[in-house]
Amino acid sequence: MIDDSKPIFLQIAEMIENDIVDGALGEETQVPSTNEFAAFHRINPATAAKGVNRLVDDGILYKKRGIGMFVATGSRAVLMGRRREDFYEQFVRPLASEARKLGIDGVALAEMLARDPGAGEENTRANAKEGAL
Amino acid sequence: MSTSIVQVMDLRRRYRDVQALDGVSLSLERDKIYGLLGRNGAGKTTLMSILTAQGFASSGSVSVFGEHPYENEKVLSRICFIRESQKYPDDFKPVHAFKAAALFYKNWDNALALQLAKEFQLPMKRRIKKLSRGQLSAVGVIIGLASRAELTFFDEPYLGLDAVARQLFYDRLLADYTEFPRTIVLSSHLIDEVANLLEHVIIIDKGRIILDDDAENIRGSAINIAGTSARVESFAAGRSVLHRESIGALLSLTLEGSLTAAERREAQELGLELGPVSLQQLVIRKTLDAEAALDGPSPDPVEANPKITRTGASR
Repeated sequence: MIDDSKPIFLQIAEMIENDIVDGALGEETQVPSTNEFAAFHRINPATAAKGVNRLVDDGILYKKRGIGMFVATGSRAVLMGRRREDFYEQFVRPLASEARKLGIDGVALAEMLARDPGAGEENTRANAKEGAL
Repeated sequence: MSTSIVQVMDLRRRYRDVQALDGVSLSLERDKIYGLLGRNGAGKTTLMSILTAQGFASSGSVSVFGEHPYENEKVLSRICFIRESQKYPDDFKPVHAFKAAALFYKNWDNALALQLAKEFQLPMKRRIKKLSRGQLSAVGVIIGLASRAELTFFDEPYLGLDAVARQLFYDRLLADYTEFPRTIVLSSHLIDEVANLLEHVIIIDKGRIILDDDAENIRGSAINIAGTSARVESFAAGRSVLHRESIGALLSLTLEGSLTAAERREAQELGLELGPVSLQQLVIRKTLDAEAALDGPSPDPVEANPKITRTGASR
């Protein structure tokens, strides 16, 4: 949902990216129109358009004249690549810093990660999808 | 090609001993939704009244659709001003108010007016005088939306409307604006409720514009940080502080500007908590800041505030 942490157009762009990464928006499928985004999130249509256009400029979405916006082929791989690059800074660093604060050492942390019931399944699914690309 | 439809230069309005507008300059562009925000008595209604030829300026220039609006039928038929305290003739019922509006506004959509009346549960055949405050507001909201004027002002249109009716207003406003883009100026104290609808924000305080910027530039233009005093102070050193609050050893600051990824990381590693600042919080901070600057001791008051000194001397 929309919050005050950053410009709304960035949040809209990130939501679309998320939907592409987790497969809710498949490649070559149509994304909702800016007016639909505006109505659903109760935001200014110009702001919604700015978010969508950011992804068009980025090559993640493309415009079919008179029809709408579509997810470009290969965009999921591009987004996954970027997310992996950010993963260390965004997730691992804060995790390690909190663990240090609590006196959890590397071994204990690794055990906890292995304990996550979804971890193994998630990996195989992601790999399978990667293989399919 | 300029898309500006309203231009105001150095507008001043004085009521006896009150300087309601103190040198306001701004322009409004076509097909945007503006938020005109500020405290009671800040000058919002005075400004909108002058732009719609319902009030007079003491000095300064006003141009709407390229012309002066006074007694200018050509300009006024393209403007709709929904006042918070609109008066209607004594025996008027909503149905009469709508008929009058239909005669005046060339884009009037009667089907939309009737649909909205149903949605707002407005008794069409009760005298307006007998309506509740919320129903009276609904009459204004419906006229403002159904008139589809190229330039529409809503001056605190929500008084007496319950939360459901206000949401209905925002949703219908957004839907109709999407279908029929036009310039809308929304004056409101319920900033959190309207913040996401706005494309541009103008904050007025004591008759002066203190902020005039795109809503998206404002979002993320300030940040709250909290933690132990010493750490917060050292992190905030050299930054512009909009607000500070402390309790015991804890300090919370609102800082102007945004943080880079590296600065965020630094804050996290210092154990500082970061939080967003809503538009409403920012308006409050900016307004208090501007008022403190105006009221506070100034090394050269004549330089800082020539208008007040000049009028003071002439009286």
